[in-house]
Amino acid sequence: MSKLFTKDTQAIFWNNNKTAIQRMLDYDYVIKREKPSVAAIVAPTSSNKFEKFFWGADEVMVPVYKSTAEAKAAQPQADVLLNFASFRTAYDVTMEALNLGGFKTIMITAEGIPERLARGMNAKARELGVTVIGPATVGAIAPGAFKIANIGGTIENIVNSKLHRAGSCGLVTRSGGLFNELSNIIAINADGIAEGVAIGGDRFVGSVFIDNLLRMEENPDVKYMVLLGEVGGTEEYKVIEAVKSGKIKKPIIAWCIGTIAKYYDSGVQFGHAGASANDDRETAEAKNRAMKEAGIHVPASFNDLPEVINGVYKELHAEGIIKDIEEPAINTIPAYRRPKQFICTISDDRGEEATYAGFPISSVALPSTGKGIGDVISLLWFKKQYPKWATDFIETVIKTVADHGPAVSGAHNAKVTARAGKSVVESLVTGLLTIGPRFGGAIDGAALYFKYADDNNLSPKEFLGYMKKQGVPIPGIGHRIKSLKNPDLRVKGLMDYAAENFPKTPLLDYARTVEALTTSKKENLILNVDGTIGILMVDMWRALGYSETEIDEFIESGTLNAFFIVGRSIGFIGHVLDEKRLAMPMYRHPMDDILYDVQKAEPIG
Amino acid sequence: MAQKAIREYDAKSILARHWDAYFPNFNYPYQTILVQTGDELREAAKTTHPWLAEKPLVAKPDMLFGKRGKNDLVLFKVNKPGDVTLEDAAKWIDEKRAEKQKVYFSFDGDTPTGEPSEDYLTHFIVEPFTPHTQDEEYYISATVVGDEDVLYMSAEGGMEVEEGWDEKVTEVAFPITATEEEIEKKIRENIPADVKDEDKEAFAEFAIGFFKAYRELNFAYLEINPFVLQGNNVELLDMVAKLDDTAGFMMVDHWGDIEYPTAFGMEAKSPEVEAIEEADAKTGASLKLTLLKPEARIWTMVAGGGASVVYADTIADFAGIDDLANYGEYSGGPTTGETKFYAETILDLMTREKDPKGRDKILIIGGAIANFTDVAKTFTGIIQAFEEYAEKMKEVGVRVYVRRGGPNYEKGLKDIKEAADRLEIPIEVYGPETHVTDIVRMALEEK
Repeated sequence: MSKLFTKDTQAIFWNNNKTAIQRMLDYDYVIKREKPSVAAIVAPTSSNKFEKFFWGADEVMVPVYKSTAEAKAAQPQADVLLNFASFRTAYDVTMEALNLGGFKTIMITAEGIPERLARGMNAKARELGVTVIGPATVGAIAPGAFKIANIGGTIENIVNSKLHRAGSCGLVTRSGGLFNELSNIIAINADGIAEGVAIGGDRFVGSVFIDNLLRMEENPDVKYMVLLGEVGGTEEYKVIEAVKSGKIKKPIIAWCIGTIAKYYDSGVQFGHAGASANDDRETAEAKNRAMKEAGIHVPASFNDLPEVINGVYKELHAEGIIKDIEEPAINTIPAYRRPKQFICTISDDRGEEATYAGFPISSVALPSTGKGIGDVISLLWFKKQYPKWATDFIETVIKTVADHGPAVSGAHNAKVTARAGKSVVESLVTGLLTIGPRFGGAIDGAALYFKYADDNNLSPKEFLGYMKKQGVPIPGIGHRIKSLKNPDLRVKGLMDYAAENFPKTPLLDYARTVEALTTSKKENLILNVDGTIGILMVDMWRALGYSETEIDEFIESGTLNAFFIVGRSIGFIGHVLDEKRLAMPMYRHPMDDILYDVQKAEPIG
Repeated sequence: MAQKAIREYDAKSILARHWDAYFPNFNYPYQTILVQTGDELREAAKTTHPWLAEKPLVAKPDMLFGKRGKNDLVLFKVNKPGDVTLEDAAKWIDEKRAEKQKVYFSFDGDTPTGEPSEDYLTHFIVEPFTPHTQDEEYYISATVVGDEDVLYMSAEGGMEVEEGWDEKVTEVAFPITATEEEIEKKIRENIPADVKDEDKEAFAEFAIGFFKAYRELNFAYLEINPFVLQGNNVELLDMVAKLDDTAGFMMVDHWGDIEYPTAFGMEAKSPEVEAIEEADAKTGASLKLTLLKPEARIWTMVAGGGASVVYADTIADFAGIDDLANYGEYSGGPTTGETKFYAETILDLMTREKDPKGRDKILIIGGAIANFTDVAKTFTGIIQAFEEYAEKMKEVGVRVYVRRGGPNYEKGLKDIKEAADRLEIPIEVYGPETHVTDIVRMALEEK
């Protein structure tokens, strides 16, 4: 792995840090990345499913998950974890990600993680070959490809400092603030950087100078390196060793800050937690001297650093090692952006022809396409192309529930309203408003309770006991007149269809065992048509590969009811039109059909 | 700073609290007390620590410095070793705390070298006198070296261990990932040969417990020099310890009530520095201030940990450290109010007196190109402080040099320039096109 990031690199961002994520997406847009660099956000306490961000003038949605495991399962291609947890939890978040696997790089921003935990976490990452950037860092950047969070600052500064496209310098610093400064210096005095890492200010950080420089040595885009060290620690000596042994051949320009520390005793802490010299070897001066002796380009002071960079750059340029860079075209972020009020993820009417989940209407509507209402529903409701056995099942359900005669309450309401002279739509919604827990609700209820019983491995007997405790009759069980001996042919048809066409029907199989028990108590306690539909829908979704959570969500959001609403609308409209054709007069309920029992109201209070 | 020194008394208390977990087969009486006055000691003898009146005592200051014996600051005898009574100890404490004491930190043999620190003694640790022979004294310590934990063991305890360290001390290094089994095995294999044969097993067991306690209780440094082994009885005669204070949030119950005292002889922190520390503790941002030489003429108000070091380096290079008054930084996106408070503190300190040589004072408002700190917002705080201190600044003659970049920097630079011009404070303002430390050169070239 000679490059830390590419233009395809995607990250999981732990913590919903909206400003930092927006900065990443702005960067992506400016450098014309195809996909956002943040594939997912982990926010354990959020109930949001996604977060909206600007993408240029437009907006994109980034999915939000409750745990790293969920995010990684949904976005397996994202191999960078940006750990923005606090110092209290950053260790746990890192360890979880290391145990999950699949991450190449983990960046940790928290400052002040307990040293022993930081050491353990760094050692484990090293053993697994995972690059840790930080703790206590602003991150890293591969200009023109991928940028972590806030590194580089504002978009204006990024473009000014040429961080929007690859240059030829590899930059490694400890400090995050000076990283930007160095990028700017390198942009002014050379041609910008190819890859840059701020390794972090804590005493124990994951990847150290040498790790990053060795990778840059392998990276063909990097022609020379700039290292900004600090008083304290001996990491710079590893770099010196690598230069002496020839492991690093590319030119290095280096400076250690903190030369002032020698004037004061150890009571004055200059800079970061890692920046405190324990012996003479660790002073900035000793390190600067040793680096110079090893042939590294070391300026006389930080103030002279720009000159030295410029000198090395010019030399490499004159030798032809560094070529001129053609400045790439970039997108600009509009100055004024407005978040969108509405989101649509199912259809789009902006093009030549409106589409259903990406399919032009004509490609699903015309008879020649062979597509039916089931296909349209699968596109618009589920944003997926269901296989034929599933779309046929959906259509069968809709056809099966279309009408159940004039006496049921919904149809009755629609008829009474139509007779009051109201329009089709008014009469229809009156009927529809009746649909709920008692009318049509058995489909939802059956799916909910049978799935619950099956998920919890309740035996039919336990399930009956459970429902009794809940004080609810089992939804989907029981018919007014039909029984085992006198079966409901609609139910039989649905079951036969499922047996023939579904890959398998585990919930129906379970429901049949429940039915065997209930019918042994009473003949007519059969699985009715509502129950069969609800249960088979669950089997359909399971067979289509939905997770149990997703199916629970369908049930909770009332998707099963929706099938009933669509189907029964056909019947209601039929009844309304029937009334209109018959020109039936206003309906008044016969008084002799009402029990009048009115008491005189007593004064109270 | 992550590693902080604690008192000997606290170090012993932490070990005592977890004694049975790490040293189940050893007895440690944990008879020790920390007092500030003789009366406090007399009172404790009557109430909480009756052994003070019953046993011969040893008393010494407990203020982070070592070499107390060579500094003649250990009371263990009046006429002969082991005859110190409660009253002797109480009187000695009051006598030693009454006047400033000189303490030397390094010795050549018994001759002090270097300059002593002079300060009041305020805290004393008092314990029973433990009669023992020199060959019952052992040495043990542990700390982090590079990426590894290192355990040091020696059969010779006492102050002399540092003389002839290489011959006397066995070092064993462990990676952070070492398992308990690996640790036990390696320690057992490396018990110093000079440890008495009859003590070898007990020494090994004690060393294993010691190293585990060091690791699990998040010590950054732990030394017992010496400890005395008498069969299963252990006495910890002298201890030095540092804690990794970043682990404090997980160790609250394990450490108990811990104080991080200032080193002996370090000047007490000024109220201004304390106020900044207090503000720092309350914010998610970072506010740091160290006073180096308050009468000096160059003051810095620099954003960012790295940049603040670079400015200090550059001032030392160009002007020498005699002109540098302070070191500090603000970073991590402080609010306007926090920045105003920080700026006022510095302006107040730098305008108290004129430069003795009659030169202008210089205020460097520096910083690198910020990643996310809003420059205009923080500068608003600085401008508000200017407004409060404009008259005083003019009186002592303050020249201001600004260099900064980052979010909203154009507005920040424009605002501060306008404000200074309006208040008639001399100012020069530069952005990211100017090298970060170049304002130091400019400030010093102008006379």
